[in-house]
Amino acid sequence: MASPTAAAASGLLRFNEDGGRLRVELLGRWVVANAEVLDRLLGAMPAPDGRELDIDFTAIEAVDTVGAWLVHRTAARWQAAGGQAAIRGASPEYEVLLGQVAKADRPAPPRPKKLGPFAAMLDRLGRRVVYIWDDTLRLVSFLGETVAAMGRLAFVHPGRFRLTSTFAQAQAVGIEAMPIVGLISFLIGVVISYQGVDQLAMFGAQIFVVNLVAISVLRELGILLTAIVIAGRSGSSFTAQIGAMKLNEEVDAMRTLGLDPIEVLVVPRVVALMVMLPCLAVFADFMGLLGGMLMSWVTLGISPDVFMNRLAAAVTWKTYFVGVVKAPFFAVTIAVVGCLEGLRVEGSSESVGRRTTQSVVKGIFLVIVLDAAFSIFFATIGI
Amino acid sequence: MDSGGQDHPIIRLRGIRNAFGAQVIHDKLDLDVRRGEIIALVGGSGTGKSVLLRTIVGLNRPAAGSIEVFGQDIMHLPKVERRLVEQRWGILFQNGALFSSLTVAQNIQVPLKEHLGLKGPMLEEIAALKIALAGLPPEAGAKYPSELSGGMKKRAGLARALALDPEIVFLDEPTAGLDPIGAAAFDQLIADLRDTVGFTVFLVTHDLDTLATVCDRIAVLGEKRVMVVGTMNDMLEQTDPWIVEYFHGPRGRAALDAKARADARRRD
Ligand SMILES: Nc1ncnc2c1ncn2[C@@H]1O[C@H](COP(=O)(O)OP(=O)(O)OP(=O)(O)O)[C@@H](O)[C@H]1O
Ligand SMILES: [Mg+2]
Repeated sequence: MASPTAAAASGLLRFNEDGGRLRVELLGRWVVANAEVLDRLLGAMPAPDGRELDIDFTAIEAVDTVGAWLVHRTAARWQAAGGQAAIRGASPEYEVLLGQVAKADRPAPPRPKKLGPFAAMLDRLGRRVVYIWDDTLRLVSFLGETVAAMGRLAFVHPGRFRLTSTFAQAQAVGIEAMPIVGLISFLIGVVISYQGVDQLAMFGAQIFVVNLVAISVLRELGILLTAIVIAGRSGSSFTAQIGAMKLNEEVDAMRTLGLDPIEVLVVPRVVALMVMLPCLAVFADFMGLLGGMLMSWVTLGISPDVFMNRLAAAVTWKTYFVGVVKAPFFAVTIAVVGCLEGLRVEGSSESVGRRTTQSVVKGIFLVIVLDAAFSIFFATIGI
Repeated sequence: MDSGGQDHPIIRLRGIRNAFGAQVIHDKLDLDVRRGEIIALVGGSGTGKSVLLRTIVGLNRPAAGSIEVFGQDIMHLPKVERRLVEQRWGILFQNGALFSSLTVAQNIQVPLKEHLGLKGPMLEEIAALKIALAGLPPEAGAKYPSELSGGMKKRAGLARALALDPEIVFLDEPTAGLDPIGAAAFDQLIADLRDTVGFTVFLVTHDLDTLATVCDRIAVLGEKRVMVVGTMNDMLEQTDPWIVEYFHGPRGRAALDAKARADARRRD
């Protein structure tokens, strides 16, 4: 049982046994700051054994809602265990307070049932599979909706196309990305040339570094790196912008005003990226070649003149085309994934963060899958 | 715990000046709030009521003036002491400002954990109590803010503001968006808690029923300062055209009539 000494030492309550009744005198501050101590002291009270409980308020210093609720709970538990309980010496204010908490006292809602570890694992796995399948369907259907909206805007209602918004997006995703895309491509050109020279020197074929740089940058790396940078940079910003609007019910407001969010939010972004990503790819190709050229000049003394000659011999327009033609497809993938994830934001700010991560991860993943598919396709048709 | 004794104002504002760019919101604003009273701040939309509330609790640094709460200069308080002060007030923001990634119950537990270090079932039980006191159904505790109605968000915000049974509660338009029965119960709850727990209530409201039924004093914000402070009866005697319009307009009259009828019924 509660050691009466511990109770007395706390300065919060005092027990008095007196035959058929147990008197509890409340002392000090019965406030939320002392909640844990009070709960522990009350939890260790003796069992009723048919006795009467008297709770005496006369000596108390301060009570707040939590303190009053603890008193109320103690009395209620005592009664539930078959004893009588009475509260004495409470001022009219405390009576009101006790009334308030009595009204508010109700059983805490039951905790949800927990699964066993194995069942939980199966549960997670199942959810995951359904989720991935669901995700794929959604993406395909959203792509369809977007293409349909673009068709509508192109052929049926050209007046509804948001030109200003498209230009603003083009500025943000294209022009403003040039420094970072340019720098990365330039450095990649430098690295390939530097590493390539090392390897090719073993065969005395240093001069072929031009072919190496040209083919790898033009066919693959220029566009792929640009797409990855843009997925990280613009895909995430599409998701965050649209997601914040979704949280703020702006997207719902748009619908009620008869505006189609796909036409207003998605199409301008998709079109802007479709136009700008090929431009960025061309720019990236240029910067990559420039990096390779400078590096081979520095390490091998291949002058820009010679480099240009070798370049003309090494590549045809096809090499270049094979790289750039992928850009609009990557653009649609990145923009559609970014916008869809944005529109799927729900409820909390945490969801914006989660969706943004998803948008970047999925964007990059799909770009690489698509790139692999293109490689196979080009190999099959023999380009 | 008291600093300054019983008649020292619990909040004391002197010469407050707030400006956003060239737009001056408050200038030479003075206000005293007494311990244990329910004081309402009224004023037209955009007169800076919310900004003043944010200024008092230190979320907005005024360009000039001094702010004393519990007799302490809030603007120049070291971090540790500021935390102690923050435990002694609770705030209900105009739009609830609930943490969207936490459930209602977890929202209420935040101050309990943060300031008191409570743990375990006690936390959940106290959260359930506060949810009930704020007039929310028990299921609401497990819901996320985005799953609540506007009025329920207000109540959840109040439950969080009252979590620590603070000495001052700041309420920004607590009854906006509540149904009239709910709003009346809300007013009653505030008044009861003030009488029992003894806190001070600083509320911003446009609800004339709240003003008529539970407020001890009303402060009118206008012309960038507090124009008058006084009881409802004082307000009725003012001659400033805006105040006359506010309290003698059709809505003002209706609220006062309703209160007179309620008082008469109580006397019978
Ligand atoms: N962060 C801010 N930046 C610039 N101006 C602001 C900012 N916050 C508030 N304001 C301006 O300060 C003025 C007062 O705003 P405040 O939100 O305090 O109004 P209010 O009196 O609470 O109105 P309401 O009754 O509509 O809630 C407004 O004109 C508002 O435009
Ligand atoms: Mg406001």
